Amino acid sequence: MLAYAIKRTLFTLPIMLGVSLVCFALVHLAPGDPLVSVLPPDASQAIKEQMMALYGFDRPYHEQFARWLARVAQGDLGTSIRTGRPVSLEVGKAVGNTLMIATLATLIGFVLGTLFGFVAGYFRDSWLDKAASAAAVFGVSVPHYWLGMILVIIFAVQLGWLPPTGAGPGGSEAWVWDWVHVQHLILPAVTMSVIPMGIIARTVRALVAEILSQEFVAGLRAKGLSEFGVFRHVVKNAAPTALAVMGIQLGYLLGGSILIETVFSWPGSGLLLNDAIFQRDLPLLQGTILVLALFFVVLNLAVDVMQTTLDPRIQRA
Amino acid sequence: MQRLDRRDFLAGGAALGAGALLDPSLAWAQGSGTLRVAMTAADIPVPNGQTDQGAEGMRFVGYTLFDSLVLWDLSSATQPSRLTPGLATSWNVDPANPARWIFKLREGVRFHDGSPFDAGVAVWNFDKLLKEDAPQFDRRQAAQGRSRIPAVKSYRAIDPMTLEIVTAAPDALLPYGVAWIVMSSRARWEEAGRTWEGFVARPSGTGPWRFDRMVPRERLELVRNPGYWNKARVPKAERLILVPMPEATTRVAALRSGTTDWIEAPPPDALDSLRKAGMQIVTNVYPHNWPWHFSRVEGSPWNDLRVRRAANLAIDREGMKSLLGGMMIPAKGMVPTTSQWFGKPSFDVRYDPAAAAKLLGEAGYSRAKPLTVKAIISPSGSGQMQPLPMNEMIQQNLAQIGIRVEFEVMEWNVLLASWRAGAKDPSSRGAHSTNSSYFSQDPFTALIRHLDSSLFPPKGTNWGYYADAEMDRLFGAIRTAFDPMAQETAVQRAHEKIVNDALFLFVAHDVNPRALAPRVKGFVQAQNWFQDLAPVTVG
Repeated sequence: MLAYAIKRTLFTLPIMLGVSLVCFALVHLAPGDPLVSVLPPDASQAIKEQMMALYGFDRPYHEQFARWLARVAQGDLGTSIRTGRPVSLEVGKAVGNTLMIATLATLIGFVLGTLFGFVAGYFRDSWLDKAASAAAVFGVSVPHYWLGMILVIIFAVQLGWLPPTGAGPGGSEAWVWDWVHVQHLILPAVTMSVIPMGIIARTVRALVAEILSQEFVAGLRAKGLSEFGVFRHVVKNAAPTALAVMGIQLGYLLGGSILIETVFSWPGSGLLLNDAIFQRDLPLLQGTILVLALFFVVLNLAVDVMQTTLDPRIQRA
Repeated sequence: MQRLDRRDFLAGGAALGAGALLDPSLAWAQGSGTLRVAMTAADIPVPNGQTDQGAEGMRFVGYTLFDSLVLWDLSSATQPSRLTPGLATSWNVDPANPARWIFKLREGVRFHDGSPFDAGVAVWNFDKLLKEDAPQFDRRQAAQGRSRIPAVKSYRAIDPMTLEIVTAAPDALLPYGVAWIVMSSRARWEEAGRTWEGFVARPSGTGPWRFDRMVPRERLELVRNPGYWNKARVPKAERLILVPMPEATTRVAALRSGTTDWIEAPPPDALDSLRKAGMQIVTNVYPHNWPWHFSRVEGSPWNDLRVRRAANLAIDREGMKSLLGGMMIPAKGMVPTTSQWFGKPSFDVRYDPAAAAKLLGEAGYSRAKPLTVKAIISPSGSGQMQPLPMNEMIQQNLAQIGIRVEFEVMEWNVLLASWRAGAKDPSSRGAHSTNSSYFSQDPFTALIRHLDSSLFPPKGTNWGYYADAEMDRLFGAIRTAFDPMAQETAVQRAHEKIVNDALFLFVAHDVNPRALAPRVKGFVQAQNWFQDLAPVTVG
């Protein structure tokens, strides 16, 4: 197991280098000024060129990349052009905030998704299957920023039950796990959960249906095993795939929460990324993308290792 | 076991909801002498002094925490804003040398940290922007401030209360530029380890509001400065909380749910519902301009005066106003007709498609033989109002008289980059016009920067490479008119020529809408990009 984990970790090194290169190239190839965040809109080209030289953006791309990579290798993601704050600090805080809603969303999505998936898979072609599948399709297809706005209108504006924006009084730095703050998590997490819920439900439904059609299930029943015992075997066989999907979904939620965090003004990595893109804050953009990409890589590694623990055949393959 | 039926479930839900409504912990949502503002910015403007986030940054951070030598008088909603003494009580040009300005500074002003303001501190602040080897030189503040005072050649303290500024050439518009330059506390910068990163953790200025706390990217909290030097502008509210909220629908939801008292730029289609919910919608004319800036490079169809005038007569601005729910003022020039600089142009910019078609016919074009023009537009952007429907309407109006418009759609920051680079640069992709909204708060930003032949890119932002000896002479007259009334007249003459020669496609001025909760009282929306929050109370 240890050897497998080390081997998989080593595989991630070229991936990380590739991610760094792609991430640097993408943000530099995109049109627009890297100093848009610090220059007034009406600054002249001459002022812009003075500032490009002061910030070192007039140097060749390969030199800029080498400098950046050297710093990243030492754990220094640089500082934000706009605020001067360390990128690692900005990204760390934002990822922490996103993890709160993404973890809650993944849990909601996983619980509801597996529930709907098992119900639909066990009772194929029944009305229960149709209802659960409809919920799953809704989750996959509804635009979640739209759903977020609707939830805000209903629960924040009309009913006044939940706050529509932010991370609570005093902001995320004053976060404590009490109702005043936790209520700020509910709407964004519920909105965010619909996609993993839909995807996990559809995956689990297909898995359960396939497992139930296998001969070993008929064998278990023929041996007189109770239906609950059969269910346990089905769960055990479906778990590795469901777990892998959940891990991937958590990764997606961390990086793909731009719209939801913008709608709810939630100070996470999505809002940070959104700001960095529009402000062309290249160090912040590069740092955020890199950290999210690396998080995704690490998450996949963790899921691989967990899958191997659940099903040793994967390691042999 | 007792079964939970549907009725119990609903009762439980209602109780949970009522519980939330009555929960005292929600009391934070109720303001008490606290003004909570949702800005359109995606982050807190950096409170270092020469802040970022454009005019919104200066409005909420630049002129709340800090002061400049020259301020804007923001007390009137009915009169155009004019300059007024700030940290300088007076300023005059040396009669013997029109490039030398003397600023007499205000006695007894102290920064929030208690340190005194004097000419030495003013020089220190100019150094932070202009002197690259000064320890306090700050790239970020330099980037923001330098373009506001390009004429400044040198500066020095004559005595503790007198500052001298020398410009490279006589420049009567210097006070407008100086109004952008706010003063940060040198003592606080020293105390913060001589770093701006340390300074922004506890910023100190001389403004009407003092720093209390900041959560980066989430909120900046300021408290009133009872010792502010201008007693008439000591804030009435106890606390000001600034929250970045870039998504317009989120701002609307925050206002309607009572978690904010004031939102910037509500979307036009939300105005009716906000009014019905009892919110105040405040608007006013201000120095904003939404034109098409014509390219005047060789081969541009806009080089023909008849074509430029025809296009200006073809636009149904009242129809556009109706499209925007009334949230615009039809433009008749670079500045609104209420501006002191409008003058009396002879060409009346109006909707007259018949006259437009006739003029275009004289230039050799018609609906049967259309002229094709390429226009750079953006799908969104700061100050761009609703650029897509507005430009589509222009496209339809121009098609009616025989001008076929092809759009080159660029993301806002890409458009700005091409605007800086000029019409001849490949980034402008051979377009014949660009559509960037303009700040037109002073004669330089309103007129000169776009049309002065000495300001072709990269030196300046004369995007279209317009050059006209008579216009340069008029601009020269503005720059050397040190008497305010003479300067006003000179600006009027230049503006009249701009309108008469139809040098832009004049379309719209924004009305700067903001929505306030019913409990917000006392706000006077000045005809300005900046606003005074001091008289505002929250009941």
